Amino acid sequence: MARRPVLEFTDRGIHCPAGGFHVDPWRPVDRAVITHGHADHARSGHARYLATAGSAPILRQRLGDIVLDTLRYGETRQIGDARVSFHPAGHVPGSAQIRVEVAGEVWVVSGDYKLQADGLSEPFEPVRCHAFVTESTFGLPVFRWPDPAQVAQELNGWWRDSIASGRTPVLGAYALGKAQRVLSMLDPGIGPILTHGAIETSTEVLRRQGCRLPQTFAVMPDAQPRPDPGALVIAPPAALGSAWMRRFGPVSTGFASGWMMLRGIRRRRAMDRGFVLSDHADWPGLNLAIGETGAEKIFVTHGYTDIFAQWLRSRGIDADVVTTEYAGDEAQQE
Amino acid sequence: MNRFASLFAALDQSTRTTDKVAALVAYFYEADPEDRLWTVALFSGRRPRRAVTTTELRNWAADAARLPLWLVEESYPVVGDLAETIALILPPPDTRSERSLSEWMAFLQDLSGQPESVRKSAILDAWAQLDTSQRFLFNKLVTGGFRVGVSQKLMTRALAQATGRSEAELAHRLMGDWSPDTTSWEALIEADDAGADASRPYPFCLAYPLEGDPGDLGPPQEWRAEWKWDGIRGQLILREGLHFVWSRGEELMTDRFPELARSVDFLPPGTVIDGEILAWDGGAPLPFAALQRRIGRRNVPKKLLTEAPVILLAYDLLEWQGKDLRALPFSERRGLLDRLLHNLPPEAPVRPSPLVAFQGWQELATLRADARNRRAEGLMLKRAGSPYHAGRRKGDWWKWKLDPHTVDAVMIYAQAGHGRRATLYTDFTFAVWDGDALVPFAKAYSGLTDAEFREITTWVRANTLQRFGPVRQVRPELVFEIAFEGIQQSPRHKSGIALRFPRMLRWRRDKPAAEANRLEDLKRLLDATKS
Ligand SMILES: [Zn+2]
Ligand SMILES: [Zn+2]
Repeated sequence: MARRPVLEFTDRGIHCPAGGFHVDPWRPVDRAVITHGHADHARSGHARYLATAGSAPILRQRLGDIVLDTLRYGETRQIGDARVSFHPAGHVPGSAQIRVEVAGEVWVVSGDYKLQADGLSEPFEPVRCHAFVTESTFGLPVFRWPDPAQVAQELNGWWRDSIASGRTPVLGAYALGKAQRVLSMLDPGIGPILTHGAIETSTEVLRRQGCRLPQTFAVMPDAQPRPDPGALVIAPPAALGSAWMRRFGPVSTGFASGWMMLRGIRRRRAMDRGFVLSDHADWPGLNLAIGETGAEKIFVTHGYTDIFAQWLRSRGIDADVVTTEYAGDEAQQE
Repeated sequence: MNRFASLFAALDQSTRTTDKVAALVAYFYEADPEDRLWTVALFSGRRPRRAVTTTELRNWAADAARLPLWLVEESYPVVGDLAETIALILPPPDTRSERSLSEWMAFLQDLSGQPESVRKSAILDAWAQLDTSQRFLFNKLVTGGFRVGVSQKLMTRALAQATGRSEAELAHRLMGDWSPDTTSWEALIEADDAGADASRPYPFCLAYPLEGDPGDLGPPQEWRAEWKWDGIRGQLILREGLHFVWSRGEELMTDRFPELARSVDFLPPGTVIDGEILAWDGGAPLPFAALQRRIGRRNVPKKLLTEAPVILLAYDLLEWQGKDLRALPFSERRGLLDRLLHNLPPEAPVRPSPLVAFQGWQELATLRADARNRRAEGLMLKRAGSPYHAGRRKGDWWKWKLDPHTVDAVMIYAQAGHGRRATLYTDFTFAVWDGDALVPFAKAYSGLTDAEFREITTWVRANTLQRFGPVRQVRPELVFEIAFEGIQQSPRHKSGIALRFPRMLRWRRDKPAAEANRLEDLKRLLDATKS
């Protein structure tokens, strides 16, 4: 009799029949194992949650009063006939790949990941497995991230230039992960850093769990119309161009995302500056990570799935596309 | 190339005109004359001869990046630009080049005509010493499709600031048939006898569309009106016994319209006329379709010369007896023009475009309503006292066009846009009903807001029936109001008709597909315009 696979792809999400749980499900289930706190991976409505200890504070902050159990990285939990453990994904602080072992067969779900060290997230750790479920947000050879040190220089240079030309730099960045990464790259010697409420909330959560970040000042809804002229403002993408921005007077707008690699997208967003900074793996990163798993079978989820799977197959790797409902963080911004 | 690359980055990064001009001025101060000259040439749309085809470029890039060609092809629509796609997929450079822009241009010109193996190794060698942003520019120079979002007007303004010469003078100097091979920075920009080139046209004076009420323009007696013809705007230059015909796009069209050669028999040298080239039946313009058969034909067959002969309907006199008249008031220039042309025999290929006499704005509005019957698009309003400006300037010239025709149509295919719009579905094919079937009749890609395009893009993704490469066939549900300027018969189209300047006027969310227009409606419109 044919055994059921370790993981199945259902219309609720990635399901483990041996353990009776789902990984990052998008419809309510009894038991959800969560890779990280981004909204498209951690949804509300599940009866029980299991996540890393590092994800727990942000999950509680975002999902409220949930039934949540946590594990440290590398710690194993037996669920039914499956052994489950979390391994750093390097995507945002607390983010994990999920390793599921059933009768000696190992499958790993990557969630979102990057190989570049960002100084905040626990660095990505390759996990040997038989089957690897990978994201492919930037699964095209045109995506190759620049050195973050160079991006930091550009960011701080833009901040100084904006002050010199009498404008307030306002930087769009996703509230969880990207915003704090940007924060860690800024030079607080230039001036004060102001944050939109949505960003301040996530930043505060990460600070409390030990992320070292420069001081920030939350912009209150009824704040004074013109802040300190030397300040830089970080806001979620949706706040850029909204009425909220008017209080800053003349601004220079910037945006930090992997998509800023592409000139067409940079121009369409009509930002003054684009900074290439992503919490997802670039093309070399995806290929390196997949190679290091040693997996015989690759399942490709959200991103350029068709093209990336075809590329893997052309390299002699058994790869299939899996349709999921993850559309989050950077993917969603485009 | 470094300095040119940083100029490009500065232009590309700034959304403000003043910043762009400042970046250009700084560049014109600093760069070598050869580089400045090439920059002016490139920014005014002068491109070097193509030494490499885009197909070769894709193949070589795939080789250099060790990627299968199909993957390069799949990446291209995502990026929306071939030069950029190639710049991004290539491995990082191993050395750095100190070559300047003009040295790279010479490098490319030397490649032309060489065997493929030589050109390939030269291009691969160049890629290996340029960083991503330089490579992007290099590829743009190779493919010749160089557009930077800097208008010629903006560049001219910067040149004026950098050289201390007037914008109008520089605009004039930059016109005509020059390339960096035939001139120098000194001769083009700084030498005193810049007007020596006999073929050099004047910059065209352009009009803005009149949005509001002409009553706001002031007393009607300060204005002159003329028909706005639906032809090709052109400038006829008669100097030193020769004649030249320029299009508004600065293209030399002398050979395409041999009829105009006879103008030297009727008009003296030292004459420059601004007018409209039209296909002409002896007493009135032929439909635009007749002229269209002449466009793009360098050698005109005899048959076409008799079926669609052209003339120049003259609007304005820019030079007379070798003197530049552009500073004179329009009414005076027009008076001279009429005197010059009024006694010419009927076989002369130049005639004055008649002024439309009117007492009040109301009367003029009534006359305008008749424009289509005269095969005109509407009226032009020109201030009687206005000089002939270089380029587009608000206030003295207005085009007062008829409201366009419209039709409600169903979207049936969608395709992603290019460049700025590469991730949005913006290019649509529209159909009208013919019985129970939808027949495509027009394509349009403009007229909606970015927010609407985003919404439609999401809809397209969820409602795709079939994919043909980059094109998606979608559920025939969305209705759009399509505006167009003209309609004509076209055996090449399934519907049998073709539209001029179709664009989306608005998204008719209120209309179900079944209530879109029918092919009969369009045919009726076609008959109405023919009679
Ligand atoms: Zn994520
Ligand atoms: Zn994701």
